[in-house]
Amino acid sequence: MSKTKNKVVIRTEYCKGCGLCAAVCKKGVLQTSENLNKQGYYYMEPAEGAECTGCMSCTLVCPDLAIEVYSE
Amino acid sequence: MKLKNPWPIYFKKDVETHYCPGCGHGIVHRLISEAVEELDVGKRTICVNPAGCAVIAYNYLNVDCIESAHGRGTAVATGLKRARPDLFVISYQGDGDLAAIGTAETIHSANRGECFTAVLINNAVYGMTGGQMAPTTLLSQKTTTTPTGRTSGNDGYPLHITDVVATFKGVAYAERVAVNGPAAVQRAKKALKNAFQAQIDGLGYSIIEVLSPCPVNWKMSPIEAWKWIDDVLSKEFPLGVLADRRPKAV
Ligand SMILES: Cc1ncc(C[n+]2csc(CCOP(=O)(O)OP(=O)(O)O)c2C)c(N)n1
Ligand code: SF4
Ligand code: SF4
Ligand code: SF4
Repeated sequence: MSKTKNKVVIRTEYCKGCGLCAAVCKKGVLQTSENLNKQGYYYMEPAEGAECTGCMSCTLVCPDLAIEVYSE
Repeated sequence: MKLKNPWPIYFKKDVETHYCPGCGHGIVHRLISEAVEELDVGKRTICVNPAGCAVIAYNYLNVDCIESAHGRGTAVATGLKRARPDLFVISYQGDGDLAAIGTAETIHSANRGECFTAVLINNAVYGMTGGQMAPTTLLSQKTTTTPTGRTSGNDGYPLHITDVVATFKGVAYAERVAVNGPAAVQRAKKALKNAFQAQIDGLGYSIIEVLSPCPVNWKMSPIEAWKWIDDVLSKEFPLGVLADRRPKAV
């Protein structure tokens, strides 16, 4: 069975760094960036090498519609 | 690669909301926009916005909106629905709005079985004005107006407004949900769709109460706020269907 590839993209300017997405991600895909966005929040970013399963949990809980998940 | 979560058409794109990080209002706005899209009523939806943190929900919801005076959302919704029964009407309200200053409008519109849907955001405080006690504030909960905690002797008990209106025969559907996790969010959306469908089917009043985090006024992190809903708030306000007078499928 071929494994589907997934990719998570953060709309960084809309992220408020609440951390709820990272809390529900079982794969440790999301981490806090060291940079601020123009709203003044440390936004989230995908961690290097972590594998997104496309489970959509993070998108369900994001209050700011700041997460896009793509799959092949 | 294909986008798995396309933008909900009834949510305005490329606007930053003014809500605090981890606030439940944003999640509920998204669920409403998804539900009206899936039920194909978005074009005839009008949302009554409250006084409260959601006062400018019209900047985010991509449906027609109207502003109501504090607490009077269900009176405005009554007028809209009676004048234009073809509209799909939502009254979006906070707990201070719906269950304190607007109690009379809430009770009587529900008792008359007005055919619209109320969405009640229960965050156990007055959010917008700085975290004062709301009717839903828990006993011993500290707020800016109960600095040593709410006491029954001075302030009475937490008001279960949805349980009250659920006893009315005019209420077709009433449910209490939460938005503190992926599964809870999915249940909340299902509840909203049940309530909206009851309105579409002309069955009468429907109300969905949402236990919604207000991390800033609860003085908690967003994660702590989620946990507080599970461990404390939902113990006083248990989740579940409170009334279901929809005709049973045969
Ligand atoms: C007639 C009137 N009285 C008082 C106010 C001030 N006021 C604005 S919002 C609010 C409380 C809102 O709390 P809630 O309904 O719980 O909504 P939240 O902000 O928590 O979402 C109050 C008292 C007002 N706008 N109008
Ligand atoms: S849940 Fe959304 S707003 Fe919060 S940190 Fe994650 S992407 Fe940012
Ligand atoms: S879709 Fe699932 S696995 Fe991928 S980042 Fe979101 S929560 Fe993590
Ligand atoms: S004060 Fe509370 S309810 Fe209002 S936007 Fe902030 S977190 Fe949300």
